[in-house]
Amino acid sequence: MSAPSTSAPLSVDSPQASTGYRSIEVTTQRGLTAAVRIYGDGDAGGDKYSPIVFFHGFMGLFESEPLLEMLGREYAVYAPVLPGYGPESPESGETVLDDMLDLTLHGWDLVQAITGGSETRPGDFGNVHLMGHDMGAMITAEMAAVSPTSVDRLTLISPLGMWDPAAPIRDIFSQLPFEFPSLLFADAAAGTALLAGGLDFENPAAIEAFQVRNSRRLGFAGKLLFPIPNRRLSKRAYRIGAPTTLIWGESDALTPPLPYASTWDTAIPRCTTTIVPDAGHCVHLEQPTRCAEIVASGPVSQRLR
Amino acid sequence: MKFVWFNLMPWPDLPDDFRENHRSVWVDIDQKLFDPKRANALYHQYMDQLEYADSMGFDGIGVNEHHQNAYGIMPSPNLIAAGLARRTSNAAICVIGNSIALYNPPIRVAEEFAMLDCISGGRLVAGFPVGTPMDTNFSYGQIPALTRKKYAENHDLIMRAWKETEPFAFDGEFNQLRYVNCWPKPIQQPHPPVYIPGGGSIETWDFCIENDYNYSYLSYSGYKAGKLLMDGYWERVAALGKDDSPYRASFAQTICVAENDAQAEDLYAEHILYFYNRCLHVYPGFADPPGYRTVKTIKAGALSQLRRSSQQAFTSLTWKNLVDGGYVIAGGPDTVRERMEDMIKSLRVGLVFGLFHQGNMPDWKTRYNTQMFAQKVMPQLRNMWPEHTHDNRWWIKPMDGRVQPEVTFTDRLRDSPGPHS
Repeated sequence: MSAPSTSAPLSVDSPQASTGYRSIEVTTQRGLTAAVRIYGDGDAGGDKYSPIVFFHGFMGLFESEPLLEMLGREYAVYAPVLPGYGPESPESGETVLDDMLDLTLHGWDLVQAITGGSETRPGDFGNVHLMGHDMGAMITAEMAAVSPTSVDRLTLISPLGMWDPAAPIRDIFSQLPFEFPSLLFADAAAGTALLAGGLDFENPAAIEAFQVRNSRRLGFAGKLLFPIPNRRLSKRAYRIGAPTTLIWGESDALTPPLPYASTWDTAIPRCTTTIVPDAGHCVHLEQPTRCAEIVASGPVSQRLR
Repeated sequence: MKFVWFNLMPWPDLPDDFRENHRSVWVDIDQKLFDPKRANALYHQYMDQLEYADSMGFDGIGVNEHHQNAYGIMPSPNLIAAGLARRTSNAAICVIGNSIALYNPPIRVAEEFAMLDCISGGRLVAGFPVGTPMDTNFSYGQIPALTRKKYAENHDLIMRAWKETEPFAFDGEFNQLRYVNCWPKPIQQPHPPVYIPGGGSIETWDFCIENDYNYSYLSYSGYKAGKLLMDGYWERVAALGKDDSPYRASFAQTICVAENDAQAEDLYAEHILYFYNRCLHVYPGFADPPGYRTVKTIKAGALSQLRRSSQQAFTSLTWKNLVDGGYVIAGGPDTVRERMEDMIKSLRVGLVFGLFHQGNMPDWKTRYNTQMFAQKVMPQLRNMWPEHTHDNRWWIKPMDGRVQPEVTFTDRLRDSPGPHS
């Protein structure tokens, strides 16, 4: 473990009151660097549970990620920042990681760097509970298909990565800033506040800040999601052996649960699906408590070693 | 000073309420607005106009590539250029150009451009645009963040295909070809003059300067707004130690000539306004996908169009806005000459892509405009750069004894109409 062992400023009663994480920087076997958020003290769960490694969606990690804060009390939770979503640097991988395989292997490199073992036993890094939202869920599903025996448990929240021609997913790359909230949140007003960081989308300065940030983030996400968010996971999903928890917002306007929750549920061999009311595509932000309950009630993922 | 007569080939029948009731002229434009039978007459009319420009003494005639739009109905400029190469004899055939990131493999471009150079007897000017996001990303599905990388590789492959004299293997990131053996080859060696159209992307400058390609600034915001950008280009030319020949750069300009300024407005205003208010009505979501531009360019650009309120308020430009802002150079011959001189000198360009047909301009006005410019303005502008008269580094080198088109057809075109109803 490369993380310094400082205690986390975790607020037990009110997750929203604190960001609830500390950040470390890891270097992967390939030599790329990434910031990783650690929720809780990083040792929660101990030998009882496999550590959770969470991969964020195309909008990136929000300053407050209440689900991860809640999970941090029971599990060791790590959330790496994907290339394009952190500071611009040659070591971020932003210019060298270009396709699904690159990102899938980068995902495993990150897990290895986070959970240790890389120096003494390369490739032998213990099993994990992979969790992801949206694009991050697409990456974790690919990771689980490529290396099924390394995954104890898989939690997919509103994943992208499959395509039903009868229900084409809206084009996120041609959306204007003010259109995102209603696409991603059941409560568009609350979503606007989250996305704009308190700025007004009618204010040119707010738009510029949003566009500059999105240019790199969505620019990178485009490598997996443009023009159609389908890199043929459906051909490989049968390999996913881990018990899988699928969580979907009932009012998801980007990837409607019908047909997409059903498509994923059918494609993954050991899948348990829960549709959460009063939530959109960002169900983990809108209903974090419910999501935490679903994760807690799912199959226990114990450390195998 | 060189002049290329350019035709965007716009669709001329967009309805009056197009801005209000259609979200975009590009990408997802309403299929019902296209009429193939109308296009039969239109393509021939537009090609006739290009041939007419050749007969009027323009140095070149220009075509370009756009997809899924009513701004220009020319997804394949090479088809048009092939027709022009057969029926013209003197003008350069300027294909500005082929969006090379779209071709798989891009050898297709090397081959077709070589064909055009052979058919035309060495008159091809080869343009290599990155392509607009509407074309390249939204219509043809290229990943925005990888578009420039693919463009660079495809450029290298095309140039190597033209220059190498033996078959070679190419193992690129986007192209794997065991045998590259471009056959035919262009007449112009080592390659036809290369023009790189840029819409203001400053990343393109170094690429042009280092390869000695012409930087073709295509903007509809007028030469006054373009001056700042072109000043930056020339500073970069100096910084990289190159000479300042004006033939390194070109500029696209809408030009409308009549007997006097008032007549210019009477004749042309409605057609120019059609172009600005309908043909450029692009949904902002299609204009700038994340990853296509650099952060630096985004910060320099106008983002106010992305506001919700901007989507609801449709304001129209006026003729006065367009003329005063230099978007359009219009008026009687003297006015046009003076403003052309101002534009040419202030931007320091050796070649102008003149847009004499715009929007829904009828054929007779287009020909009248063309004739007026060719006879009353162009001769006065020829000697703008006397110290560079013999600099032909960026121009075609046609072969001697090339095949000529039938004379009778050119004669018929020369019999031009004046302004009449």
